[in-house]
Amino acid sequence: MQKTVKIIILFIFVFVIGVFYISLTRDTNYNTSNLINKETPDFKVLSFDESGHFTKKDLKKNDFTLINFWASWCAPCKIEHPVLMKLSQAKNLVILGINFKDKNTQAKNFLNKLGNPYDLLAKDKIGKQSVRFGVYGIPESILINNDLIIIQRFVGPLSIEDYKNIIGIIE
Amino acid sequence: MLSNLGNALLFLNVILSLSIIYIANRNMKISGGIDKNVFQLSLIQSTSIIICFFVLIAAFIISDFSLITVYQNSHSSKPLFYKIAGTWGNHEGSLLLWAIILTIFSFLFLIFNKEHPKKFRLLTLITQNILILGFLFFILFNSNPFSPISPTPLEGLGLNPILQDPALAIHPPLLYVGFVGSSIYFSAAIASLISNYSEKSFSQSIKNWVLISWIFQTLGILVGSIWAYYELGWGGFWFWDPVENASLLPWFAMTALFHSLIVFEKRNLFYFWVITLCLMTFTLSVTGTFLVRSGILNSVHTFASDPARGVYILLFLSVMIFGSIFLLFKKYKRENYYLNRNSKETFILVNNWFMMFYLITVLLGTIYPIFTDALTDNKISVGPPFYNTIIFPVVIIFLLFMALGPKAKWIKNKFDNIKIYLLIVFGAVSLNLTIIFFFKSYSMLSNFIIISALFLIMSSLMDLIKALKKNKLDLSRIISHTSFGFLVLFIGLNDIFSIEKDYNIKLGETKKFESYSIKLQNLDLKNYKNYQAVIGKLEIKNLKSNQINILNPEIRIYDKPKTLTYEAAIKTSLIKDYYLTMSNIDRSDYYNIKFQKKPLMAWIWISVIMIVAGGFIRLFNNAKNS
Repeated sequence: MQKTVKIIILFIFVFVIGVFYISLTRDTNYNTSNLINKETPDFKVLSFDESGHFTKKDLKKNDFTLINFWASWCAPCKIEHPVLMKLSQAKNLVILGINFKDKNTQAKNFLNKLGNPYDLLAKDKIGKQSVRFGVYGIPESILINNDLIIIQRFVGPLSIEDYKNIIGIIE
Repeated sequence: MLSNLGNALLFLNVILSLSIIYIANRNMKISGGIDKNVFQLSLIQSTSIIICFFVLIAAFIISDFSLITVYQNSHSSKPLFYKIAGTWGNHEGSLLLWAIILTIFSFLFLIFNKEHPKKFRLLTLITQNILILGFLFFILFNSNPFSPISPTPLEGLGLNPILQDPALAIHPPLLYVGFVGSSIYFSAAIASLISNYSEKSFSQSIKNWVLISWIFQTLGILVGSIWAYYELGWGGFWFWDPVENASLLPWFAMTALFHSLIVFEKRNLFYFWVITLCLMTFTLSVTGTFLVRSGILNSVHTFASDPARGVYILLFLSVMIFGSIFLLFKKYKRENYYLNRNSKETFILVNNWFMMFYLITVLLGTIYPIFTDALTDNKISVGPPFYNTIIFPVVIIFLLFMALGPKAKWIKNKFDNIKIYLLIVFGAVSLNLTIIFFFKSYSMLSNFIIISALFLIMSSLMDLIKALKKNKLDLSRIISHTSFGFLVLFIGLNDIFSIEKDYNIKLGETKKFESYSIKLQNLDLKNYKNYQAVIGKLEIKNLKSNQINILNPEIRIYDKPKTLTYEAAIKTSLIKDYYLTMSNIDRSDYYNIKFQKKPLMAWIWISVIMIVAGGFIRLFNNAKNS
């Protein structure tokens, strides 16, 4: 009897520690990394000046495209802005900015004040197009190549490391 | 320079620990007292680890960004106080603080327990030093606060602004004394098992340490709750967040432990149970640390996760758990005793069951999401409803036992004055009805909780009167138990009578509800040393009494790192708190304000302080009697 109890106790602890160990190797955060190496989803976003639409086809002629989701109300977007400005000088990279659930005047102010790094600028007023990319929170950036395959995703503000990483990929 | 000095001191500590283990082990085999060298080495060990910590503090004060830890967690423009607090506000520094507490407790235990057997003391010292070594290796090879960074950055990355709060500067050290203080009775329990030291006097060697760690743990939890209340801006003080739970788990074990120690000391019963609790408390502390630092649980606490860190702590934890289990199984002997169902022993055992029930509930709620994620790929989170449904109904019965238990006599008890208890129940029920009559009615469950809390308070106060007559006063118990009754009562009333209102408001606008009006009178922009603030001026008017309060909630924009925080404005009085938060709404000139009236908040904090005061008095009495 006593022996059985001992074995059960031991088993419980082995089990708990085993589960803890398995958990260590897993990522508990929500992430969209499973979308890497998949093709870019179909999308159609209104250009910022409302003169037309951008679709997947428009990105096919670029070597690399970085799609950046941003808004004037988003504080981390201000943090990543200098990185985007730097990236805008890279030769074979086109940056498509998607202004996310924002007001036109405030978005314009934001770019006038901090500079405009975007080669193409679009807006997603209700956030519906962004969801196609698996974007729930901003800032988020997606790097795609000319086969329209997603190479990298950056959840949260772009850092200097991300900058180096992107430059490394496109050169 | 500081990097080398710090590392040298850490290595010195490793050598000192190894020498202490070696000399203590040799000393055990020869007769006579404890070798003087052991004392001296322990003293040097404590001194050098403290110096090591001061080196780190110095690095933070002079903003030596050549250390990664300082670079990541400080900034030259931070106020001095928060530079210092930054020392333990991060993973590496806090581990160093752990090592200090381990070492100092090891030394103090050695010098304060002269009347206990030599073998027991030395074995405790050896076990404790093995724990110290474990932590030192962890610090040196994985989480070294003295790791240099090259080239030296010109400026640091700053300290999370939400952590720039006086309450939060003292919260971790308090909690760590509780957490890590439990290591000493873990070591003592191991030593007691190995040396077969199971006499009553064993309890004397540890009871004060249990009390000390319990006092600090309680204070640490209190300060953490106060911080959450003032800083997190939603008006609550307990989230059932995994990290909060991690601090609660050892607390349950400690509380159970010092209650069962009373029985062990008096009647020499429950030896193995006491040992189990000793081992459990520190094990739970380390488990909590593992859960928090490995990053396998998501929580509001911002320690960055690192899998290697998790693997190390898990390894350490496994050695502790399986070592303890092995030893316990080897030494376990069935204790044959007869307990009268109506006796103090039984009542204390019942207290322990309750503590274990709470412990298991909170433990399951905390680790259940890990299990579902690892085994079924399902991400779920266990929230307040789970804890509230399971814990609160049980509190009612717990409070009743808490009221009756202390009055029971040892061995065989007889409740002779049942009439008085009926009278107290009657008193509690009528007081509850009075509250309902004058204010408002509330749910059945709340009724029962209020009544049982009142029952505990009233019967404890009756004990006080009786004890004063007989001149046999157990003040510490009466204070702690009465205050616990008050704590539950105030939490209950606070929950029942809180008001919460949410408005979008423009400058100059007034909103009315119940007997209050709120007006946004003014907005002000101010620049501070490390942040900018939008300060609102809101007038809260009680339309019945015409009393006016001005509250100034803030929206703060911190520079380094760039973060937005919402500072609640709180007007505290003994009867109620007004709690107001304000946030801006984008693309409009409206501000969202959340107004809360929270009655008796101050008394919740005071009750906990009184519970701790009871512990202090017991500690003081113990010291006086020994």
